[in-house]
Amino acid sequence: MVKKIIFKNLIVYFLSINFVQAAESGGMPQLDPEFWVSQIFWLVITFGILYLALSKLILPKISDNLETRKSQVLDNLELAEKQRNESESKLKEFDSIILKSKIDAKNLFNESRKKLLDDINKKREKLEEEMDKEVKIIEAEINELKKKSPERINKIAIETSEDLINQLIGAKVNNSSITAIVTDVASKNKTQ
Amino acid sequence: MTQFNVYRIGPEIKLGEIDISFTNASLFMVISTIAILLIFNFGAKKNTIIPNKLQLLGELSYSFISKMISDTAGSKAKPYFSFIFSLFMFVLFCNMLGMIPYTFTVTSHIIVTFVLAAFIFIGVTIIGFIKHGIGYLKLFVPSGVPMVLLPLIVVIEIISYLSRPISLSVRLFANMMAGHTMMKVFGGFVVSLGIVGGWLPLGFSVALTGLEILVAFLQAYVFAILTCIYLNDALNLHH
Repeated sequence: MVKKIIFKNLIVYFLSINFVQAAESGGMPQLDPEFWVSQIFWLVITFGILYLALSKLILPKISDNLETRKSQVLDNLELAEKQRNESESKLKEFDSIILKSKIDAKNLFNESRKKLLDDINKKREKLEEEMDKEVKIIEAEINELKKKSPERINKIAIETSEDLINQLIGAKVNNSSITAIVTDVASKNKTQ
Repeated sequence: MTQFNVYRIGPEIKLGEIDISFTNASLFMVISTIAILLIFNFGAKKNTIIPNKLQLLGELSYSFISKMISDTAGSKAKPYFSFIFSLFMFVLFCNMLGMIPYTFTVTSHIIVTFVLAAFIFIGVTIIGFIKHGIGYLKLFVPSGVPMVLLPLIVVIEIISYLSRPISLSVRLFANMMAGHTMMKVFGGFVVSLGIVGGWLPLGFSVALTGLEILVAFLQAYVFAILTCIYLNDALNLHH
């Protein structure tokens, strides 16, 4: 047992001598064990603090941020999709409404045109009827005038010829003889 | 090599026999931690649908690492997200802060990277044994290997498993140290060659700065993704 401890100590002693010599002979400062323990100690402390602070405080926050962003982006995409669908259906509705109103307008136009045409026809018929009536009355009047006119012409001719004879010769001629001559002439004219 | 020196800042603090004084390494660990916490705290404070710049940074980092974990370790690794996020950010900020002149690069010290890697190694091993019990040892026995080769393969697998913390820590440490040493060397050339011949190393120095920034990011990424891969082995046991 004692031998073992002595042996161990010897090994440690030689090792440390070697390291110290290496450091003293301008070798690598890394192999100088003077501050090894201090470096390990401070490494454990700083890395421990870093690990604890990162894992307990900072990384969960970053992860939360990423998660919320992801979910928010997904939400927004979903909302956008929904609104797109909504607007599409609205557009369809709008189209159908426009189509329907176009058809309505056409129907209305046709109907009113028909009505108007009917109206015009009716009025025209009425007007034509009235015109026909008037024309008939006027024709009747003209016929009557035509019938009466030879008599009046004869009468005027008799009167004027009576006056003419009276002034030319100053004598009264028998009315009936003149009438006979005039009717004779008139009938001659008529036959001609 | 003075840029890698660790020195005490303030009084000597002793916990019993052990020296735990505040050093410049501790200072840059604290600065990294505070910077990460400030940036991500302000990035997480406001919750707007269209994020501002800091918020965008925080959210991009969050989704970047969450995607990395789910790609490499599957959905079972979700409970370890905070740890891997902190790990990635811590390594990244330590690397990046080291790129500022006259600062100290925490990750250029093997002890720091080794403690991180050892913690990951032990944690992953414990998780593996909790999830699969003794069946976790099947990790060392790949399926479809001829019986003759099996002993050899198992030994190789065990060695590769045990060397994980070393490879993980040395990769980060060596990359950071080599990069900074190289820049120091080229900087020294600029000074020694003076105004006549110093332009070439100066150009190299500028190019190296760009490369080192890339490496700083890449190594943080590699560190985190290897952690994910180890975690994947522990969580989903199929080789």
